[in-house]
Amino acid sequence: MIINSRFFNRSELMGFIALAAVLFVILPLTLDVFRLNLVAKYLTYAFVALGLVLCWGYGGILSLGQGVFFGLGGYCMAMFLKLEASSVENTKIQSTPGIPDFMDWNQITALPLFWQPFHSLTFTIFAIILVPGLFALIIGTAMFKRRVGGTYFAIITQAVAAILTILIVGQQGYTGGINGMTDLRTLKGWDIRPDHAKIILYFVEVVLLFACIGIAQFIRLTKLGRILVAMREQEDRVRFSGYSVANFKIFAFCMAAIFAAIGGAMFALNVGFMSPSFVGIVPSIEMVIYTAVGGRMSIFGAIWGAILVNFAKTSLSESFPQLWLFGLGALFIAVVLAFPNGLSGLWADYVQPRIDQLFASRRAKAGWNDNSVADGAPAE
Amino acid sequence: MLIGHQPKEFLLAVSGLTVSFDGFKAVNDLSFYVEENEIRVIIGPNGAGKTTVLDLICGKTKATSGSIQFRGKELTKMRENEIVQTGVGRKFQTPSVFEDLTVFENLEISFPRGRTVFGSLTFQRDQLVKDRVEEVAEMIFLKDKLNTYADELSHGQKQWLEIGMLLIQDPDLLMLDEPVAGMSVSERAKTAELLNRIIKNRSVLVIEHDMKFVEDIAHKVTVLHQGQILSEGTMEKVKNDPKVVEVYLGH
Repeated sequence: MIINSRFFNRSELMGFIALAAVLFVILPLTLDVFRLNLVAKYLTYAFVALGLVLCWGYGGILSLGQGVFFGLGGYCMAMFLKLEASSVENTKIQSTPGIPDFMDWNQITALPLFWQPFHSLTFTIFAIILVPGLFALIIGTAMFKRRVGGTYFAIITQAVAAILTILIVGQQGYTGGINGMTDLRTLKGWDIRPDHAKIILYFVEVVLLFACIGIAQFIRLTKLGRILVAMREQEDRVRFSGYSVANFKIFAFCMAAIFAAIGGAMFALNVGFMSPSFVGIVPSIEMVIYTAVGGRMSIFGAIWGAILVNFAKTSLSESFPQLWLFGLGALFIAVVLAFPNGLSGLWADYVQPRIDQLFASRRAKAGWNDNSVADGAPAE
Repeated sequence: MLIGHQPKEFLLAVSGLTVSFDGFKAVNDLSFYVEENEIRVIIGPNGAGKTTVLDLICGKTKATSGSIQFRGKELTKMRENEIVQTGVGRKFQTPSVFEDLTVFENLEISFPRGRTVFGSLTFQRDQLVKDRVEEVAEMIFLKDKLNTYADELSHGQKQWLEIGMLLIQDPDLLMLDEPVAGMSVSERAKTAELLNRIIKNRSVLVIEHDMKFVEDIAHKVTVLHQGQILSEGTMEKVKNDPKVVEVYLGH
């Protein structure tokens, strides 16, 4: 289905090519496996940032609880991997062999009922999408149908993040508690820990990320994308144009939740464990900062934001661990005060015009100038 | 025609409508009826409850008691978007258009198709939509601004755009809240011309302070005062009503 004549405009196409070149070619060729695996970890947050662009950037719905959906997706994946790692053979020293080690430590003697379906990979893949999707649907319906929005909604999502963390930590026997689910080994018998597996998983993740970019871009270009923008500005006008504003908000929130969950599942695979420290308030806010730094109105901007902020986090906390949180706070203040559209805004204001000028002058030199000024270029 | 023999059906029948905000009755036991193809103007001093009446009809405010029947359907039980879908359009006092979208996109969103989540995902900008948008854009004097972002329009042009967004919905009842407020003299004349053209084949409910404008367009005038009807009838009758002169027109 073609809505506009082109799926990407010129600057978006350049963004797409640049990102694809970096992720598919440049990074795999230049980084060692350890660093590449770190990039894979950063990219799991790019999924969350992508969802936030739709939900927050376009729809104006600020969710400070994306860690919840990241966590739900991650835990679904980790439960499958943990069950596979807890075969009777691997766990024969336990008092109850064949159940995850943390259950055994907590005197649980049989696998709980809700764990049973996670023996199946097919079920797990559906669960990664459906569990967070349905959870977002319930929260979204409860909030948006009652016209709860803005800061109230943000605070409630934050509370949900806090509640889920407490629940996971408290139910140690069922969830692995504060330590999370560690020692994940194989996926259908294929070891996910060695270097070659890490490289394959990296590429799987990048392919998935581009699939999600495609979906997000498709949504952005449909009328639904424009309704999201319209809703952010004049909610009442949308309502009195005959639309149910709540349904559109629920849709945007659910899409953001599903993207975050895919990121979480890839986190469990690439990093090899899942813990409540990726679910709570602080990681949820960090995810919003990645999106804000990259540019909440730009799909590619937000992805760069997730990669660059996480890269800065790794390098800074390697050398000055105490300073990182201050740095992050300062970064957020800078974004809000100085460049509200993030890196992509800076790019669009300062870099893009120069590129356009270059193209325009080249075209003029080559004698192609048919009096049409390149889109966005200053008419000089 | 058969219909001519039937008892007259009102398009809009408001009866016993009351809304109270913390005990203050902004609209108090209000009843009035609007016929098909009638232009009704509501006038009254500030705080008389004019805008509240429109809010109640379009569902923005919920009535405390009373009923609003539109073509026999009870509006007080419906949600805003359902009321729009039964054929009631509302223009707000301050221009509310989507400033981050172009004039074309503003009008396209109001086109009555694909109003569900799935419908808007599969919505296609086909020839029918383009033709209708261009037709309306020409009516509202914005034909050469289709690709302009709405935040670059003047105040008057935004008002026209919002009127255009209602036109494209093709409502049976059009409600306009002070459509010429804040406009220049020339914009005012153009708006009067525009309104005279678009009010054909539909009923219109207008709130307006500009008496000359009211006289130009009104079939019937309802004067509100403290949430109740003070007087109702033709402009001529209302103008000579001593009660109206005292509270409103006198000063």
